[in-house]
Amino acid sequence: MTTPTPENEVLPVGSEDDVVRVRQAVRRHAITLGFSLVDQTKLVTAASELARNVLIHGLGGQVRLEPLPVPISGARPGLRPGLRMVFEDQGPGIPDLDRALQDGFTTGNGLGLGLSGSRRLMNEFSVESRPGETRITVVKWKA
Amino acid sequence: MERIPILKLGDCLIISLQIDLHDRLALAMQDDLANMVVKTGARGVLIDISGLDMVDSFIGRILGNVATLCRVLDAETVIVGMQPAVAITLVELGVTWDNVRTALNVERGMAFLRLHLDASQAMQTAPEENHDDADAGE
Repeated sequence: MTTPTPENEVLPVGSEDDVVRVRQAVRRHAITLGFSLVDQTKLVTAASELARNVLIHGLGGQVRLEPLPVPISGARPGLRPGLRMVFEDQGPGIPDLDRALQDGFTTGNGLGLGLSGSRRLMNEFSVESRPGETRITVVKWKA
Repeated sequence: MERIPILKLGDCLIISLQIDLHDRLALAMQDDLANMVVKTGARGVLIDISGLDMVDSFIGRILGNVATLCRVLDAETVIVGMQPAVAITLVELGVTWDNVRTALNVERGMAFLRLHLDASQAMQTAPEENHDDADAGE
């Protein structure tokens, strides 16, 4: 017996308005999963950073939001609800990942905190990038 | 295109961000505010962000820019009403606002601007020996 798994959601990222829609969808999922207000804000902020990267550096792409199954309490102790967010684009890729993950490094017109900052806001953070395919996967677990 | 209204109150401008800002709108706000400061000769600018449930690094940069921009135009800026969750996230994100004045709410923000404007006015009219006194309030 398990709690019904909330639906995954895929959203396009092709415009600034899409970035706003991604923020709203992430907020909705975070509320449904019972995240605290601070963690909701961290999730939404990280989503905004990463979705903007998809738009600006990846020339558009998509975001997949995957609410992680909520186990019955006690059945699998240690497992908590969480939200996984996968940002994908077919852009040129991140040539120097180590540098891209440094605070203050930017090729765009931001503060250079998009990748490094959102990594701090999440519990898990992984990047796969090559020319034509970049995928950033992040997870935040409910506290 | 949608615009964020800017209110004039004496020698101050007041702007309240109440909707989810997309990047274009944030940039338009920066331009409009700079133009309004020049047009009205405003000496103080208060930006209320109590309606924002998120400030990411882009919006953070715009707000920082606005404060620097206004200072260059001889107007003092204060950002008020930041929600606690936004403040916590902003710090963890790594946004540092070196030149941005903040106040807890509109009331305290206006009080700061009044104090600052009175002090700078006193400095302009006061005799030489009083300059240090006027600065001490900073």
